[in-house]
Amino acid sequence: MRHIISLLMENEAGALSRVAGLFSARGYNIESLTVAPTEDASLSRMTIVTRGSDVVIEQITKQLNKLVDIVKLADITEGKHIERELMLIKVRAADKEPRAELKRLTDIFRGRIIDVSESTYIIELTGSGDKLDAFIAAIDPAAIIETVRSGSTGIARGEKSLQIN
Amino acid sequence: MQLSGGEIIIQFLKDEGVDYVFGYPGGAVLHIYDALFRQEDVRHILVRHEQGATHAADGYARSTGKPGVVLVTSGPGATNAVTGIATAYMDSVPMVVITGQVATASIGSDAFQEVDAVGITRPCVKHNFLVKDVKDLAMTLKKAFYIATTGRPGPVVVDVPKNITDPNIKIPYEYPTTVSMRSYNPTVKGHPGQIKRAVELLLAAKRPMIYSGGGVILSGAHAELTQLTRELGYPITNTLMGLGAYPATDKLFVGMLGMHGTYEANMAMHDCDVLFAVGARFDDRVTGDTKLFCPHAKIIHIDIDPASISKTVRVDVPIVGDVKNVLNDMSREIKASKRKPEAAALQAWWTQINEWQSKDCLRYDRNSVLIKPQSVIEKLYEVTQGDAYVTSDVGQHQMWAAQFYKFDKPLRWINSGGLGTMGFGLPAALGVQLAHPNATVACVTGEASIQMCIQELSTAMQYSLPVKIVNLNNRYMGMVRQWQEFFYESRYSHSYVEALPDFVKLAESYGHVGMRIDKPGDVEAALKEAFALKDRLVFMDFITDQKENVYPMIAAGKAHNQMHLSSERELA
Repeated sequence: MRHIISLLMENEAGALSRVAGLFSARGYNIESLTVAPTEDASLSRMTIVTRGSDVVIEQITKQLNKLVDIVKLADITEGKHIERELMLIKVRAADKEPRAELKRLTDIFRGRIIDVSESTYIIELTGSGDKLDAFIAAIDPAAIIETVRSGSTGIARGEKSLQIN
Repeated sequence: MQLSGGEIIIQFLKDEGVDYVFGYPGGAVLHIYDALFRQEDVRHILVRHEQGATHAADGYARSTGKPGVVLVTSGPGATNAVTGIATAYMDSVPMVVITGQVATASIGSDAFQEVDAVGITRPCVKHNFLVKDVKDLAMTLKKAFYIATTGRPGPVVVDVPKNITDPNIKIPYEYPTTVSMRSYNPTVKGHPGQIKRAVELLLAAKRPMIYSGGGVILSGAHAELTQLTRELGYPITNTLMGLGAYPATDKLFVGMLGMHGTYEANMAMHDCDVLFAVGARFDDRVTGDTKLFCPHAKIIHIDIDPASISKTVRVDVPIVGDVKNVLNDMSREIKASKRKPEAAALQAWWTQINEWQSKDCLRYDRNSVLIKPQSVIEKLYEVTQGDAYVTSDVGQHQMWAAQFYKFDKPLRWINSGGLGTMGFGLPAALGVQLAHPNATVACVTGEASIQMCIQELSTAMQYSLPVKIVNLNNRYMGMVRQWQEFFYESRYSHSYVEALPDFVKLAESYGHVGMRIDKPGDVEAALKEAFALKDRLVFMDFITDQKENVYPMIAAGKAHNQMHLSSERELA
């Protein structure tokens, strides 16, 4: 099962490598990992997407909780949540027809074209990983020059939140 | 008080109540050593290799329950300490290791004796710190001791760049008496609902089994465990790490369990209907095949580390908390319930266990013309009246010591269980002897293990530490040889050590007493003579039967009821 683990950790040097090291040392897999400071500069928020059986996920959350730098943690896939990923994709768009087609597809996927050159577009798209995959599948593979994906971040819906009290 | 960083470290250690620091000087820690030189409260023990420093601090910690403290330099000083840090980590030993580091401005430049100590030690410490500002030094040290000694204990490394200890930069110092960390709050009190459920399950058991481990010793809960076990009248086994947590001479004790555990302990594990795991972590050397582990049992598990619960074996009633607290709460709950264990069922269970005990699974040939290693441990037990601190290295001798020395008290059996570090025994014994100057300290070892930290014989001389070394010399890496005999058709690939030193002369060259014993009839007299030399280190080199194996044995990945009792007695 795919899980999204959100955590708050002390914004200190080496904290990221403790998490990454834990995953490699214990053989857990990481699908994606994103991290950035929060509105409280002393805390970073990390989102880890991982896969594993219930037993493995339980161990992952316990082992993460054990890391001294980690303040709080939640598996947001346990409840209702929103997941988003950002993708920037550079595509070949030299001729009129593909340019129009890419523009239409971008609109359908509610993306934006954020850079235009004579021969290329850069398209910005956010959504779940599935949606980004679907966009890639929809365009001509030969047209893709470069893709950059941020990895998933997520947040629980409603009143539920991950914060220190 | 205006102090430099180097002075802050020493003053802090003094304020923290540290009496011994085990270490080795070098460039990056010279300022600290200079501060050490100018005082007398914190005593420094100069080892001969940084691995020895960590093991000695480890022995000190395991025999006292207080944190062991290590001071080593950057680069090779830190890397040499890693084996000892990992050893302490695997066995949850409280330890603070201060490593020197190159100056902050040089970090990352591949400077002389630079190594990323924080990076290298990260997977084998409970936590580690790099101090980047002298103003943070005292609080970082406080946090290090706090983390090392609370919750599930473990080693903490504090990496201190040389400029942080600069004698020319003085700042105000005050001992931080308290520390609080929002990200670190171990659970010590067990959940009352879980305790109630555990007590109900425990009292309803027909074939109960208590399986207790090193956590009982770390928690200082041996008295509580003993009392509760006696009230219930249930059989109890200890893990290798838990020996001494329950008196081994008591009639409820069925011996150690696991790969080289007793027949009765392992069979009782396999057949029990309620397993009460206390401060034990279901290590693979204990469980064997987890799918076949305790197939009929409901399992209760007390552990201070939530990650230890249901890690390898699913448990039915987990209780996160300090063992001592939880056992006290359980005792209270049992009294309040006014219930007693089912006498008839318990009687039948003991009849079964007694039958297993009658197999006499630890028996060996007592009429051999060669010295049987087991007999040396039995005599060691008699001569020291069961009251010695015993350290060991790793291998066959370790298992025989665990099987044949009956530990009645906690903190007495000091060995590397989790990591299985050869070379641990001698330096650990030095730490134990320093902590208990008047106690009898024996190091049970083998000719292969002892050579991994043999240089510490020199440290023992410098500080007059009268440790007694019991070297079970079979000219093989015995446990490796045993596995090669069983599983590799006796192809003894590189497990035979040629060109062994003359250990008697070796001991003498360091200024100690050496003895060689090669006849069974001389064992007892030699031990008596050695232990009578109260103020000398004596190296007893026992030339033992080369082909003796450790029994009983459960092969890796087998079940508790699949035991080999001896080469003749295959399996029950």
